[in-house]
Amino acid sequence: MRKISRLSRFNIASLALGLAFLYLPILILVIYSFNASRLVTVWGGWSLRWYHELFNDRAMIEAAWMSLRVAVSSATIATLLGTLAAVALSRGERFRGRTLFSGMLYAPLVMPEVIAGLSLLLLFVALNAERGFWTVTIAHTTLTMCFVAVVVQSRLSSLDRSLEEAAMDLGCDPLRAFVAVTLPLIAPSIVAGWMLAFTLSLDDLVIASFTTGPGSATLPIRIYSEVRLGVKPEINAICTLVIALIAMVIVIASLASKLSSSQGESAAPL
Amino acid sequence: MSARRIFARPARLAAIVPYVWMVLFFLVPFGFVLKISLSQTAIAQPPYEPVFDLTAGWAALKPAFAALSIDNFSLLASDDIYVFAYVRSLTVAVTATALLLLIGYPIAYGMARLPKRWQAVAMVLVIVPFWTSFLIRIYAWINILQHDGLLNQILLALHLVSQPVVWLSTDSAMYIGIVYSYLPFMILPLYATLAKMEPALEEAASDLGAPPWQVFWLVTFPLSLPGVGAGVLLCFIPIVGEFVIPDLLAGSNSLMIGQTLWLEFFTNKDWPVASAAAIVLLMVLLVPLLLYERLQKRQLEQGR
Amino acid sequence: MTDELPRTGAAKDAVGETQSAAGEPLLRIEGIAKTFGTFRAVDGVSLDIKAGEFFALLGPSGCGKTTLLRMLAGFEAPDEGRILLGGKDIAQALPHERPINMMFQNYALFPHLSVHDNIAFGLKRAGMARTDIATRVAEMVALVKLDGLEKRKPDQLSGGQRQRVALARALARRPRLLLLDEPLAALDKKLRESTQGELMELQRRLGMTFIIVTHDQEEAMTMASRIGVMRDGKLAQVASPRELYEAPRSRWIAEFVGDVNLFDGEFKLRDGHHLVIATQGAGTLMVAEPREPVGEGRLSVAIRPEKVKLSRRGPVGEIGHAAAINRLEGVIADICYLGGTTTYKVKLGAGGTVQAAVANSARLEADSYSLDQHVVAWFTPDDCVVLPS
Repeated sequence: MRKISRLSRFNIASLALGLAFLYLPILILVIYSFNASRLVTVWGGWSLRWYHELFNDRAMIEAAWMSLRVAVSSATIATLLGTLAAVALSRGERFRGRTLFSGMLYAPLVMPEVIAGLSLLLLFVALNAERGFWTVTIAHTTLTMCFVAVVVQSRLSSLDRSLEEAAMDLGCDPLRAFVAVTLPLIAPSIVAGWMLAFTLSLDDLVIASFTTGPGSATLPIRIYSEVRLGVKPEINAICTLVIALIAMVIVIASLASKLSSSQGESAAPL
Repeated sequence: MSARRIFARPARLAAIVPYVWMVLFFLVPFGFVLKISLSQTAIAQPPYEPVFDLTAGWAALKPAFAALSIDNFSLLASDDIYVFAYVRSLTVAVTATALLLLIGYPIAYGMARLPKRWQAVAMVLVIVPFWTSFLIRIYAWINILQHDGLLNQILLALHLVSQPVVWLSTDSAMYIGIVYSYLPFMILPLYATLAKMEPALEEAASDLGAPPWQVFWLVTFPLSLPGVGAGVLLCFIPIVGEFVIPDLLAGSNSLMIGQTLWLEFFTNKDWPVASAAAIVLLMVLLVPLLLYERLQKRQLEQGR
Repeated sequence: MTDELPRTGAAKDAVGETQSAAGEPLLRIEGIAKTFGTFRAVDGVSLDIKAGEFFALLGPSGCGKTTLLRMLAGFEAPDEGRILLGGKDIAQALPHERPINMMFQNYALFPHLSVHDNIAFGLKRAGMARTDIATRVAEMVALVKLDGLEKRKPDQLSGGQRQRVALARALARRPRLLLLDEPLAALDKKLRESTQGELMELQRRLGMTFIIVTHDQEEAMTMASRIGVMRDGKLAQVASPRELYEAPRSRWIAEFVGDVNLFDGEFKLRDGHHLVIATQGAGTLMVAEPREPVGEGRLSVAIRPEKVKLSRRGPVGEIGHAAAINRLEGVIADICYLGGTTTYKVKLGAGGTVQAAVANSARLEADSYSLDQHVVAWFTPDDCVVLPS
């Protein structure tokens, strides 16, 4: 007798088409970055020419360096703050101002970026802060810590509370129970949170456009202004490099979290 | 419960720093947006007045308060450009969200039907593009959709069209871009609810005589509604305020509100009107935002 | 309070033998209560537990037994009452300040730590020297027969092995009191039975005090020396397993612990050492006068199925001649063969039904009864318990 499969032909087709839709454009972009021809659409053979030109583009390199610095520092601060927020929300029970707190943490997840960017800029202007690295970093931290908080909180709330109780039963005060038991168990989600914050920061155009000052453009700002002028092979090359960097971060982080815990449960970024 | 209370005290202390941070960099800025939306445009630095000078004390603040006006809001309501921009934003968001649901649901459904081991792989495959840069993904489509881009080359080669089709700067291009960028946001919550669903429920329905399409409509779909709600909100809200995708892919004859706001701010340097536009946008999104927040809270705080 | 911990001598002296000699209980619970919202989970429980006891808290789910246990462990603070351990009130002490350890229902093994590190976890918190920890862990591993598995992580163990790790981890600190929350619920039947024996063996050997929470009355009867039955937040009866079964204090307990035939009726008269009770379903029954007087008026007669005998014609032999015996005539209405015993449901002439459990002492069917057969069900007044209705 034929085993009745839950997976119909329709299911397979929609999956295959969906994944193709998600990956083909990126794949095409990567392939074209190695195109020798100046005309983006004419295949002129394999070449590293555009990467070469890219490395001579000082403005682009500076923007990339700025973006990297912002991404690393904002992701790190955001991970710290977001983890603290997640702990407070999932272990703090009821406290005064909790509703406002969770509201402030969940709203930026979907809040249109133009609003967040504009409001932060107006704050920085009012404070007379010099716009540049730090203002962008603060802006990105504010946005990305909310994502970190959600990722970590979802892991915390699925964690078996009796593990913490067992630790206390065996002689830990609450803080030590957290460090000895909870923290190692949520570590993969903290790592995932950092990665998410890093890529979101590296990716952001709108908020950075509002909060940065003259002369300190981030990579997306730079790419955006080039793209508005039309497709250029160099942009393909820088995009490919960014994709490679992010892919590397993902691979390293997932390897690290696999090594650090035998526990299968990996944290999804959403 | 007091086991929880033992943890609760130090856990609450953890809230202090992020709390202060969010108040300072999320809540307070809204106050500034509100205030500036009630100010007048000025050719100055910063380009609005009155400027509150906190050092001058209350006496100086009073006239500043008096100078506030709702002119900017009346401008938004009377000028067709803004009204159209809001209407267009909502239309685009509704259409795009419907498209996303239509495309995302079968994919999520297919994922949930995969054997357990493959589900994890499929989930990673859906998430990974989300990790790659948003801007880059839009740019990838410009590559494909431009006049002599890949899509037109293929269409010409297959003799489906005799002349290159204009894709860029059209609404179709914008919808492709939006669907492409937001698809993971639709798929993941849908998949999460579909994968949690007891397979025995569908089996029971067909055991009781329902043909497959009825099994889907009477059992699967109603049970997946929480996921549908989450996916719809997760896509709809940010799409309303979207800037990059319409800016790069759609034509410039009709603007979405995100673009208008950007234009007012960066090109016209009219900060008060941009602020007023942001406030109105926020008001429009208030209900879906609150809905989303409640959903998120329920999901995260009542465990699963 | 962690001064209890670094003791390395024979485990026996971990229990204050002197205290029990002095008549002072190891644990005294005085009128403790706990309310969640408007729900009174534990409602004024008082209980003394002596050192070296194996005490079981038995009750249906929601009766408050787990809350009581969690208050002993320190995870819940009682709203009222005191918990005295060796004479000292610990009701408000935090879990890590109590010389009490708990074995969790789902074991709560730390998934990121090996078996060795799980067992050593509590010892490290107590500030034990490294070499002492190594000795103690080895001792514990041997005690629960987990040799060779020290490096495994919990998810590489079977259910039975995990249960042992949880036990070893809780025992490692040599607590004065070990709490076990449904410790065998996750095991299958066969494993559960053998583990029951091992737990009892261990408790006797270590001479420790165990309090176990269970909803399984057979488990409580098998292991515990004393059982506290809980209902709606209160202790309904505290007694030895035998007393609980043979002399339940209320109808509810009689029904909760084991199977029972219950006949509601009315007090008629006192005849020497017997009470005569007119029941609705089984006619007039004679029962032995209870130790604690029950009122006159509405009463219930309880008789365990295995104490109801069946025969074709009525009681035979010496007993048959005794005047005071309850004879109920009826027909077999239902037969349930259970292997070791067969349960017959007898529809009585008086209208009620009585269940009789008959041991299948012979392999062949010679002695058994068939459906609709006319039989006499009989039992002595001493086998009955009379309970307030």
